[in-house]
Amino acid sequence: MNDLYLIFKNLTRNRTRFILNSFAVFTAFFLFGLLGALKGAFDAGIELSADNRLIVVNKINFTQPLPIAYVNKIKAIDGVKDLTYANWFGAYHQDQRKPIVGFAVDPQSYLAVYEELQLSTEERENWFNERQGMVVGEALAKSKGWQIGDRVPISSNIFSKEDGSHVWDMIISGIFTAKDKQADTNYLMFHYKYFIETQTFGSDWIGWLILTTDNSDINAEVAKSIDALFANSAAETETSTEKAFNKAFIEQIGSIGLIISSVVLAAFFTILLIVGNAMALAVRERTQELAVLKTLGFPSWRIFRMVLSESVFLSALGGVLGMLLAYYAVSGLSNVPQIRNMLPNLVITSDVVATALVYILMLGFVTGFFPAWRAMKLNTIDALSRG
Amino acid sequence: MMDSILRQITAVVAMNIRSLPQRLWMSLATILAVAVVVAVLLAFLAMANGFKVTVAGSGSNALAIVMRDGAQAELNSVLMRDQVNILGNAPGIKKDDAGAILSGELYVIVDGYKKTTGTEVNLPFRGLSSRGVAMRENISIVEGRMFEEGKNEIVVGAGVLREFDGFDLNSEIKLGKAKWRVVGVFEAQGSVFESELWTDVRTLQSQFNRGSSYQLARVALQSPGDISQIEAFIENDPQLNLDITTEKDYFRQQAKGTSDFLFYLGWPLSIIMALGALSGALNTMYTSVAQRAVEIATLRAIGFSAASAFVGTMAEALVLACIGGVVGTLAAYLFFDGITASTLSSNFSQIVFSFDISLEVLQKGLMLALVIGFIGGVFPAWRAAKLPVIAAFNVNG
Repeated sequence: MNDLYLIFKNLTRNRTRFILNSFAVFTAFFLFGLLGALKGAFDAGIELSADNRLIVVNKINFTQPLPIAYVNKIKAIDGVKDLTYANWFGAYHQDQRKPIVGFAVDPQSYLAVYEELQLSTEERENWFNERQGMVVGEALAKSKGWQIGDRVPISSNIFSKEDGSHVWDMIISGIFTAKDKQADTNYLMFHYKYFIETQTFGSDWIGWLILTTDNSDINAEVAKSIDALFANSAAETETSTEKAFNKAFIEQIGSIGLIISSVVLAAFFTILLIVGNAMALAVRERTQELAVLKTLGFPSWRIFRMVLSESVFLSALGGVLGMLLAYYAVSGLSNVPQIRNMLPNLVITSDVVATALVYILMLGFVTGFFPAWRAMKLNTIDALSRG
Repeated sequence: MMDSILRQITAVVAMNIRSLPQRLWMSLATILAVAVVVAVLLAFLAMANGFKVTVAGSGSNALAIVMRDGAQAELNSVLMRDQVNILGNAPGIKKDDAGAILSGELYVIVDGYKKTTGTEVNLPFRGLSSRGVAMRENISIVEGRMFEEGKNEIVVGAGVLREFDGFDLNSEIKLGKAKWRVVGVFEAQGSVFESELWTDVRTLQSQFNRGSSYQLARVALQSPGDISQIEAFIENDPQLNLDITTEKDYFRQQAKGTSDFLFYLGWPLSIIMALGALSGALNTMYTSVAQRAVEIATLRAIGFSAASAFVGTMAEALVLACIGGVVGTLAAYLFFDGITASTLSSNFSQIVFSFDISLEVLQKGLMLALVIGFIGGVFPAWRAAKLPVIAAFNVNG
């Protein structure tokens, strides 16, 4: 009789309990996987931001504009490598209740600053040369069913044209992807020139500036000299790293995300506690049998190993299945258009999987260790007479 | 006959409940599991409910909001002074001695700092006239006084005072390029306005270089809920490319996204967790039946009915679930009721709201506990009822 057979028999001797325990572990890790994906989606903007990228916004608030003259003034500052600028457009397509993220940008310099955005050379050239051209992120193109070459009317819920309409005609010049899978591609970009020359708000302003520094060590220095340059002017600036900017923005969505994740995490550990308790009890009930094994001459360490493997196996079974289902659920969910709009970067990353594996092993060891230790130290005579 | 069944059942139930301490750890685990599930569900529902109460409760049916066609949110809209003046002639707007009851308002966003984390957040800064203040019914100044026109004075909502730094009464604060004095604190019955800063609209226009432009107009309706006359008026004037909605509808729309999100996130998560808790409860109850197998069979042997065995086990499960439900509810009440949270609105600015555990929310939590108790009890109880009498003589159980 080998140990594996014994472990298996012990696990399944009370089938109901075996199923219930593995199911509880299963739900706990399913939840953990979902939560990990959710949290990752919230934080992706921070994780994926480039170290040497700075964002310059109006000091009053980032919704206030900056003069376009700032572009050349900032370009002249030491340590600034590439510089570009953008405008928030308040875009939507046909249905105004479904907003789209859309920016008016300067194409050449924007792609230089955001080098992780990938477009074929041909798409690039097409976009640069087509005044009404726009490029659409892969995720957005997919959910709208847009193809290269399509003519699409894009409306703005902020800006109007001379004739009072809010609709701009655009041609899709390219569909861009991002190097990282978790990066958000659920937005579109078009020519700043086309936008600024056709809207009615004046033509000497931009929304914000993005620049890269020669290296991230001089970020603070560059940021300081930019803000100093415009101190006490009509439009003061506030320069921060992309990471800090994204973090601040996510924190505005705020307490909700934090509350959700801490509540669910607390629940996750409670389920583990409960299952752990049930698993430990199951071993304790078998004290007599373990004593019999000892009497038969099983060495203590072998009993220890058997009891421990039993709980590790149970935890691994439920945990791995739970993570697997979470994986399928997340890939399914991330294809639902409404959810992709809200959480564009929903994936279970390898970090989440690794953390889950650690917890699975910990659950198995912690719940198995004390019963196994007791089993090993068992005084045969006492245990047998306990009946 | 009926009487004796009842007496049997009472006896068995009492026996089961009194022997609960013997199965202390398993029973505690079940109570804890149910408590956690109920607490989590309540937290989500309280959050969704609180948000809905704050935002959807902000709108009045007697007022309507006029914004630029297609704007959807105040921040996106622009109205020229001429347009606001023309609008004043529209039929369907309530009038008093001073003419149409109408308020042109400006809405800009400024930076504030959260008290808890010190992070920078967007705060809505609204400019309005004294007429605009007067037409809102639920506003009351609780400290200090209202701002004076033409001066750099602001009044702040009670929510702003609670959540964000630097808005204490009589303090000076820099917003935009100018300094402002906080001269009053107002309450607005928990509505979104409590998350705002208010000042005189003309002053705001000049301090933020907005000329004489507004972002929206608020009008009082002649008959509440009826915007058809004003709609027709706007339709017929080519200068007015505007949209009108009642304030109530506007806020209902604004609230929908977030409260749906919380609702649809809260329920599935709670149900998954409830399944986990359920397997814990089942486990406990099966163990309980197994441990009492001899006892149950003995009772059956001396003439107790199968029904009494069934009800006894069922009662044990329901009692555990009920205790769990109550513990969970109390915990949720202690930790979550009334705590304030804030999030980003579709105007890109902060909305402060409180968790609100309503009676309806409470009922849902207790219902969930009872469902877990019922399902967790019914199968083991069935097993108890079916237990063969012979088990009484199997000494080793």
